[in-house]
Amino acid sequence: MIYHDLIAIKEKELAARKKIVLRCCLAAGCMSSDAKGVKEQLAKAVAEAGLQDQVEVRGVGCMKLCCEGPLVAADPQNALYVKVTAANAPSIVAALNGGQANAAQTNPDAAFFKKQFSIVLANSGVVDPERIEGYIAADGYQALHEVLHEMTPKDVVEAMVKSGLRGRGGAGFPTGLKWGTVAKSPSAKKYVICNADEGDPGAFMDRSVLESDPHSVLEGMAIAAYAVGADQGFIYCRAEYPLAIARLNLAIKQAKTLGLLGAGIFESPFNFNIDIRIGAGAFVCGEETALMASVEGKRGTPRPRPPFPAESGLFGCPTLLNNVETFANVPAIYRKGAEWFAGIGTEKSKGTKVFALAGKIKNTGLIEVPMGTPLRTIVEEMGGGAPDGGTIKAVQTGGPSGGCIPSQHLDTPVDYESLGKLGSIMGSGGMIVMDQTTNMVEIARFFMEFCMDESCGKCIPCRAGTVQMHHILDKIANRQATARDLAKLEELCDMVRNTSLCGLGQTAPNPTMSTLRFFRNEYEALLQPDPFGPHSNGAAKQPELATK
Amino acid sequence: MAAKTLTIDGKQISAEENETVLQAATEAGIKIPTLCHLEGVYDVGACRLCIVEIAGTPKLLPACTTKVAEGMEVKTDSERLRKYRRMILELLFAERNHVCAVCVSNGHCELQALAYSLGMEHVRYDYTFPKWSVDTTHRLFGMDHNRCVLCTRCVRVCWHIEGAGTKNVSGRGAKSKIITDLNQSWGTSDSCTECGKCVMACPTGALFQKGSTVGEMERDRDKLEFIVTAREKKQWIAD
Repeated sequence: MIYHDLIAIKEKELAARKKIVLRCCLAAGCMSSDAKGVKEQLAKAVAEAGLQDQVEVRGVGCMKLCCEGPLVAADPQNALYVKVTAANAPSIVAALNGGQANAAQTNPDAAFFKKQFSIVLANSGVVDPERIEGYIAADGYQALHEVLHEMTPKDVVEAMVKSGLRGRGGAGFPTGLKWGTVAKSPSAKKYVICNADEGDPGAFMDRSVLESDPHSVLEGMAIAAYAVGADQGFIYCRAEYPLAIARLNLAIKQAKTLGLLGAGIFESPFNFNIDIRIGAGAFVCGEETALMASVEGKRGTPRPRPPFPAESGLFGCPTLLNNVETFANVPAIYRKGAEWFAGIGTEKSKGTKVFALAGKIKNTGLIEVPMGTPLRTIVEEMGGGAPDGGTIKAVQTGGPSGGCIPSQHLDTPVDYESLGKLGSIMGSGGMIVMDQTTNMVEIARFFMEFCMDESCGKCIPCRAGTVQMHHILDKIANRQATARDLAKLEELCDMVRNTSLCGLGQTAPNPTMSTLRFFRNEYEALLQPDPFGPHSNGAAKQPELATK
Repeated sequence: MAAKTLTIDGKQISAEENETVLQAATEAGIKIPTLCHLEGVYDVGACRLCIVEIAGTPKLLPACTTKVAEGMEVKTDSERLRKYRRMILELLFAERNHVCAVCVSNGHCELQALAYSLGMEHVRYDYTFPKWSVDTTHRLFGMDHNRCVLCTRCVRVCWHIEGAGTKNVSGRGAKSKIITDLNQSWGTSDSCTECGKCVMACPTGALFQKGSTVGEMERDRDKLEFIVTAREKKQWIAD
């Protein structure tokens, strides 16, 4: 494969494009409501109408408005059909020639779509994730070619530093700095790992990226591997994502067949292979050291850092570990330039962020917005606010490691620093909206239960501390706790956060601490008077001592 | 090997490169409380009792896995650290059924000794009273999961000193359990060599020699260190 071959594939693909394209979402969400049947019926209806020469029925990745799936879009008519059933298919095909479709439609120019800014999701819902030609037609693998032939590994790292990209897994560590550290670690063997163990409840960004555009992740990993000097990559994907794993496997196979992975990529001396490792259902394996232990075939428990993976990671070799979304950003950065990327977003948070919008909100689905977009724009304009005339009470970001942002702070711009100041985190991108009916103590208890179940059991503060914190939250929710229990809970939160071994334990108290910060009255309303303690909450009088 | 100078609790000390803060402190006669640490096997930094404050680092770090560095300023004792250590012990006591009065290790127990030395007088958390089993199927030894603190010392000596790989951890979180081979009773284990190193390594009364009653289970920890040192320095002597 040389550059000319790549362009030939692109041109052939573009030349074969038909006038009309019916895009049918085949991501996991729509697949669960028979999107596959819809696509088959659409193809059948096209054949019956004799339109095969003019109409292409294309299975694509996520079209973002997940709550309305299955989704079908018609180009260039600019029609977007929602909640399509197989029975609607003939009328949708008929509507291509001016007929009336009996499927519901939504406005593709609504704020939910128009306010999005797509870098990571640029191909999502447009290209066929099961055909590498579709990705190549969308300028795929051109960045890899340019990097291999026009840039030294040092240039690649420098460009990444200049782009200002920060890790999208949640902590926001500067990606360029990480690449530079691995590149400078002296070792003949290095690894690149893609963390696709997305485990936060309510988060599905990484799954959508893998299902919708697997090649962007592969290309991103290959560029990273060239930059740091690695020749082997692993994608650690959770077993709960079978469709993502199937599409990744297919994508790797296609890329290998075309010589875009393997030995001597683009006739350069650069070799790179990618293998998939499947997680067995432990949330803690999303933590980088536990993930690497799991890839090595060991029990997935974290170990103390340093040494950081960049110095001593997988099998003791320097290892670059980035999240799916981070890698998916990479090809666009090299195709369009680091300056272009650095021009998007805020001063300290560059580019865009993908969020999985869920909870008590009208438009559930996937959104990608520039960093610095106010939360209000996301939940009220794009998300359409709370359904059934409800009011938004809080927005939860960062899953079990994050916090709740109350409605009075909705004008906060979405970036790493601003969310951190409010006691939450950017997280991997789960965004759960809560309305006025939500009980915040229940929320804290839910996330604490999650952390308690998912604690690996290695370090005592996390293993035993989450049990006690959950127990106290349980007591509060059941109106059996006193002010002293609440004080104990706060003390435990502080201790578990400061003494736990890994990120899971260190952030497990966050949902509790942030709900205590903004919704303390809800906790206090549930407390019982404490007849023995000095910390009476004032709800009831101390029992009076019997007078002589 | 280059030497490093650092300050621990205001005391200037020198340490070899690659030494841990715990090793450097021990050499200088500064005692840091430990539980999962065992001389002779590698450290995992799991019990968090040896956490120390290091100037310039916002996080508390375990002394057993943190390497010394030039000019490092370490504080091994402060009101905050003492409070956290006491809380860790309270959590341990509330987690399983640690009843000293009927324990084989009463009087020789590291958990008990830590509680005394760190001033843990009460357990303010509700006891969970879990129902754990006792495995006495082995010919020589017994395992009482009620007294286990999951320090994994037994696992580490079994894998890295004896090389048998009999002991392991199953489950996660509070449901974690030390198991034998493929989660079978100890007596049916094919890989166990009956060396007894796990029993020697156990800080509490979880692993014991059969036949010992309250307070009788004394352990010879120096033997483990001796075996490892002898192996590394090739000091084996036939007798």
